[in-house]
Amino acid sequence: MNPARGSLLGIEGLEASEILKLLKFARSMNPDKPRRLLKGKRVLLLFYESSTRTRSSFEIAAKSLGAHTVLIQAVGSSIEKGESLLDTGYTVRAVGADIIVIRHPNAGAPHVMARHIDVPIINAGDGLHEHPSQALLDAFTILRNKKTLKGLQVTIVGDIFHSRVARSACHLLSKFGAKITLCGPPELVPDIAITLAPGIRGTRHMEDGLRGADVVMLLRVQKERLAGLRIDLSEYVARYQMNTARLKMAKKDAIVMHPGPIIRGLELTSEVADGPQARILEEVRNGVPTRMAILARAMGKMR
Amino acid sequence: MNAGKNRAAATPSLLIKGGQLIDPAARIDAPMDVLLKDGRVAEVAAPGQIKGSADETFDARGLVVAPGFIDLHVHLREPGQTHKETIASGTAAAAAGGFTSVCTMPNTIPVVDSVEWIEWLRQPEREALVNVFGIAAATMGSKGVALTDFRALQTAGAIAVTDDGKPILDDAIMREALVLGGELNFPVVQHAEDTRLTEGCSMHAGAQSFRLGLRGMTAAAEASIIERDVVLAMQIPNARLHVAHLSTADALKSVRRAKRAKARVTMEVTPHHFVLTDEDMRDYDSNYKMNPPLRSASDLEALLVALADGTVDAIATDHAPHAAHEKDMEFERAAFGITGLETALALGITRLHREKHIPLSRIVELFTAGPARCFDLRGRGSLARGSVADVTIFDPKKKWTFEAAKSHSKSKNTPFDGWQMTGKVRATIVGGKIVYAD
Repeated sequence: MNPARGSLLGIEGLEASEILKLLKFARSMNPDKPRRLLKGKRVLLLFYESSTRTRSSFEIAAKSLGAHTVLIQAVGSSIEKGESLLDTGYTVRAVGADIIVIRHPNAGAPHVMARHIDVPIINAGDGLHEHPSQALLDAFTILRNKKTLKGLQVTIVGDIFHSRVARSACHLLSKFGAKITLCGPPELVPDIAITLAPGIRGTRHMEDGLRGADVVMLLRVQKERLAGLRIDLSEYVARYQMNTARLKMAKKDAIVMHPGPIIRGLELTSEVADGPQARILEEVRNGVPTRMAILARAMGKMR
Repeated sequence: MNAGKNRAAATPSLLIKGGQLIDPAARIDAPMDVLLKDGRVAEVAAPGQIKGSADETFDARGLVVAPGFIDLHVHLREPGQTHKETIASGTAAAAAGGFTSVCTMPNTIPVVDSVEWIEWLRQPEREALVNVFGIAAATMGSKGVALTDFRALQTAGAIAVTDDGKPILDDAIMREALVLGGELNFPVVQHAEDTRLTEGCSMHAGAQSFRLGLRGMTAAAEASIIERDVVLAMQIPNARLHVAHLSTADALKSVRRAKRAKARVTMEVTPHHFVLTDEDMRDYDSNYKMNPPLRSASDLEALLVALADGTVDAIATDHAPHAAHEKDMEFERAAFGITGLETALALGITRLHREKHIPLSRIVELFTAGPARCFDLRGRGSLARGSVADVTIFDPKKKWTFEAAKSHSKSKNTPFDGWQMTGKVRATIVGGKIVYAD
């Protein structure tokens, strides 16, 4: 079975025109001026992994559109008792879900769900694969600060390998002709990473990576993963931490983004996180209208 | 009881007439008639030259008559996992795929690591439709710690040892296995995977795995084990190493080196590894998940060269049935393996013969004389007079569409569902008796 119309499984498979439509629609969404486009609909939030931003943002977005939301988390549900992904899917469909928003530690879990369940499936992050709503809200945020994505220099720093945010961002930015630089050590930015989409280059040096950057995207350093790769934390900080001095290497009007959660003192300093160029909280704010647009589109209400 | 009945009612003699006999072991590729009598090949002669009458005649005009196909690598899942496959259902699939002999892997529940289980596999109650040869575990419980009793297992009928599904990782244990195997003329089959490097991996490491966010198994995780084993096999007198499902160009280099040095090293390649690459998987479809994984296009090209030039000894399916609920789930959590018995010949003919122009006789060799040599299956792999009357008859030009739902296997986990292929089995004959006819 093909995914139900309105599903959002990833950025890679979306046409640029569809992304533009979504972003434009998102600009017309305002959680403070509710439009009851999803009145009486049920949005099931199926979270197999912990989340603060994404979960609350989808929930507020759904409620702002007049939908009911039900949150199901792995802990405290039948998932704990060994219920399979598909059986959980069939069950929430049977209780009357109109849309399923799913976050899962395994890449492709939403795709497996979409093969069998006949309601729109929204990928809220699947393993190391994609995080499409994050890429859309990031594009939304960039376009509030920059005129266009075309030709824009975007540098993504850190753990690209383990980042679904980075993969979705690369697909989206590449579709609009941005110039993407991935910066980090080989363990986190493998050579193969530049094959993800057209217009991507890689570098090991911040000086090289930041020169001429319009947008700097930082990723969370996952301590446990560094340990597994035998990367020294202090060396990472010395080479890749974003501080005020390094930020000066980027363009004067460069903005700093981060999908969160941020770890101060690791991938960035407090000066940068709280500084005038940071757009980290703006990203969080923009998550709500973006996800309102995603949910409305799922129900065929995008006009 | 069955065996007794069979003895009482002797199999009728069978004359296979008008076919093209391809018997690479006997260097025959010519129109020939074949007479089967009392479970043996009684006579092979030019068309119309066989005198005397047979009880039955098989009209093989337009068809290839070949020695019975041998699959060195199948998982029949018995004992223990009968929801996936049984010896009865797995051998029915084998018969439909033209295989008259299959070698079954010991990674069952419990592991086949004792004489009792080797004997159990061959009891008539299993209702095997084709010959089943048991491969025994190389270490107790396939735990990789202590060797099994090779001598007793061999005497009981095991044809090789392996810990398949897992590698024999420990250097000392592998050396010990090859030493003992060398003394007994007993092949040690290696599933080459350095599992220290592949934890949590579900496909080949490359651009595709990066794109899909799946952890990848590197080619090096296979090649490093093969390289070590080849070095050991070249040092240890008479050691016999058989490399299961070789999938990478790098590992192939080690095997080539061993063969040049005349070491007793043999290898098999699966149909899926010469047909598909890691780029073929779509939408996290776990019918593309197996171990070793589908590799890169350059690995596949290297396998095609080795299949053509004689380096590869056998095509083996690694038939690995799983129930739907064990496959239709998160890709990373789904079981490894696909079925393969009913598609092997057609994939061989379609990909290797029609597309890559490898002669049909070489493909037949990879299904017959080649595998028979790997495990010393005496009297099989050839239709020379006096051989066991195991015969595979197929139409090399017949186009057909494989439908997984109609498979004889209990499981339907295959990426080839709905594939149009060329080359179809017409009859499978085991011990002179037709066990499958289309």
